[in-house]
Amino acid sequence: MNGSTPVLEGRGLVRTYGTVQALQGADFAVEAGTVTALIGDNGAGKSTLVKVLSGVEQPDDGMILLDGQPVVFRTPMDAHRLGIETVFQDLALAPHLDAAANAFLGRELRRFGVFNARRAMRRSTIKSFADLGVTTVQDVSAPVMSLSGGQRQAVAIARSAMWAKRVIFLDEPTAALGVVQTRRVLDLIRQIRDRGLGVVLITHTLPDVLDVADRVEVLRFGRRTATFDRDDATVELLVSAITGVYSNVAVEAPTDVTEIDIAGGG
Amino acid sequence: MNSGHHDGDDSAGQRGLLKRLGSVTAVYTVAVFAAEVLFFSIRASDRFLTTNNLILTAQNVAVLTVVACGATFVLITAGVDLSVGSVAILGEVVAAKTIINAGGSGWFDAALGIAAGIGVGVLVGVINGVGIAYLKVPPLIVTLGTMLAGVSAAQIITDGVNVPNRTLSRIGNGRVGGIPYIVLVGLGVVAVAGVLLHFTVFGRHTYAVGSNADAARRVGINVPGHLVKVYALAGALSGFGGVLSLARFNTTSIGGHQSDPLEAIAAAALGGTSVFGGVGSIAGTVVGVWIPGVLRNGIIILGVQPYWQGIIIGLVLVATVWFDQYRRRVAAGTGGLRRTRFRSTRTADRPAHQPIHPPTTTNQEGES
Ligand SMILES: Nc1ncnc2c1ncn2[C@@H]1O[C@H](COP(=O)(O)OP(=O)(O)OP(=O)(O)O)[C@@H](O)[C@H]1O
Ligand SMILES: [Mg+2]
Repeated sequence: MNGSTPVLEGRGLVRTYGTVQALQGADFAVEAGTVTALIGDNGAGKSTLVKVLSGVEQPDDGMILLDGQPVVFRTPMDAHRLGIETVFQDLALAPHLDAAANAFLGRELRRFGVFNARRAMRRSTIKSFADLGVTTVQDVSAPVMSLSGGQRQAVAIARSAMWAKRVIFLDEPTAALGVVQTRRVLDLIRQIRDRGLGVVLITHTLPDVLDVADRVEVLRFGRRTATFDRDDATVELLVSAITGVYSNVAVEAPTDVTEIDIAGGG
Repeated sequence: MNSGHHDGDDSAGQRGLLKRLGSVTAVYTVAVFAAEVLFFSIRASDRFLTTNNLILTAQNVAVLTVVACGATFVLITAGVDLSVGSVAILGEVVAAKTIINAGGSGWFDAALGIAAGIGVGVLVGVINGVGIAYLKVPPLIVTLGTMLAGVSAAQIITDGVNVPNRTLSRIGNGRVGGIPYIVLVGLGVVAVAGVLLHFTVFGRHTYAVGSNADAARRVGINVPGHLVKVYALAGALSGFGGVLSLARFNTTSIGGHQSDPLEAIAAAALGGTSVFGGVGSIAGTVVGVWIPGVLRNGIIILGVQPYWQGIIIGLVLVATVWFDQYRRRVAAGTGGLRRTRFRSTRTADRPAHQPIHPPTTTNQEGES
């Protein structure tokens, strides 16, 4: 890892659902202009971590730092205001509305305070999509439900990319996609990274991880158990990290001190 | 009426959704309407196709038009409001009582009565909205409750005796340039509702809430707050509908308005509004109000037993919606141009959580 301050960092994050400890002192960091893959087995806590870092859920313990400064996200809007956007696995699009309306949903450009500035939003959506190289969505005036799965995915990602200033989380954005559409999404992810954003990609497809990620963080039972630079990672190594065979972050003793040299962890 | 259905509705995706989907419904609805007009024109052109009869019909549908505009908003949020008839009665009663208590004549008393009628509608609407959005009681139940309570309240206020009052009669029966005021008022409501639904952020959020409430919440829309506003709007329009009804008939009608909620829903559905939310237009609702309105009028002109109305309107309603959906299914299965053109509409009226039944033909996935 290099020495620059991560744009977004979580330290010692704890989140419990009843008796389930989804996060048990998880650490996580993403740097600007990089793609960080967040991998781990089903139930490892990846989605929970994303929810905590994007204001959807509140951590029971631990801290979140933005550009090195502690922050608290009470709602997703708090995170939005600070330039953090999330593409949830279910996309959270309104299917009857078109791409432009979805892109600006909840953040409409207005005329005279109450009217939709429809043209301006449409124009701006077309421009943003073009800048992002989203060519799959030809008609931003078509209702989203008339688009293919890949196109919808592109709309959801492009929407987040339009608004993100710092970090964008993508929770399994390619899970339902075919080869071609997956490739397009990965290209889009690179595009977003090249604009200087921190991109966090959750996926179970390890070749995609090696394809697009600059760094990899592995979560297991609610803790970070390994981190890799892409060049050091192989599919075999990632598999052993996911299954707990390999670890390069000391977390062996669950209730003991973790090897974090910064105070303030869980 | 505004040109809304196609040009105004960017929220539902004017160039996408309504040109492809909404217009499918609209085409058949307008066709039904045209067929109806044609039928009566042939059978009784001398009495049916007259300016006077047109004006009379417009006068007769004015109240339902106002109420149905509110119902359209509610349906688009994937809700339903059964209380609109009771609210109309309450509107009448409260308006009449207010006017009488204020002295009973003059502009000011009239305005006070109108405001009170609308106000009681807003009140019931807010109660509906809070019950639905915050207490999470299903819309059907909450508005069933306020429907029952509303009539009851009107009876309590009046001791069950209708209140005659002529103060607003000029609005209900007067004319300017040959056109009844009440028709102009109805047109005004349609215009305002159309602009509100199709051109404002409020309207767009109404579609969004009905289309995917969870998505709306996650982009920061105050979904419960919005629902309260929508039900309050429906309540206001119902209360105002009651005021107009009082103005037209010069008396309250505690026993009336019973079929208002269902007629309003029928009108909206005829006009292409989906009961699953996310789809609808004010222009469609206006056509949906006119179909039974013209039918009623024509039946009377032809001297057919008026008892047939319900059967005919019921059949037309179900047939229109069925035909529309049948066309979509057929279109989805025939392949070629039609398939791609209608593919997007196939899932239109299904709620997001309902599985789409696997199609029987092979080329369904539509990657073209
Ligand atoms: N809202 C919730 N209520 C109760 N338990 C939850 C909730 N959300 C997550 N959990 C539990 O927390 C643990 C971590 O879940 P999480 O969704 O974060 O895993 P994940 O790594 O995203 O898994 P997957 O790869 O399957 O998406 C699981 O045991 C899960 O059952
Ligand atoms: Mg997950």
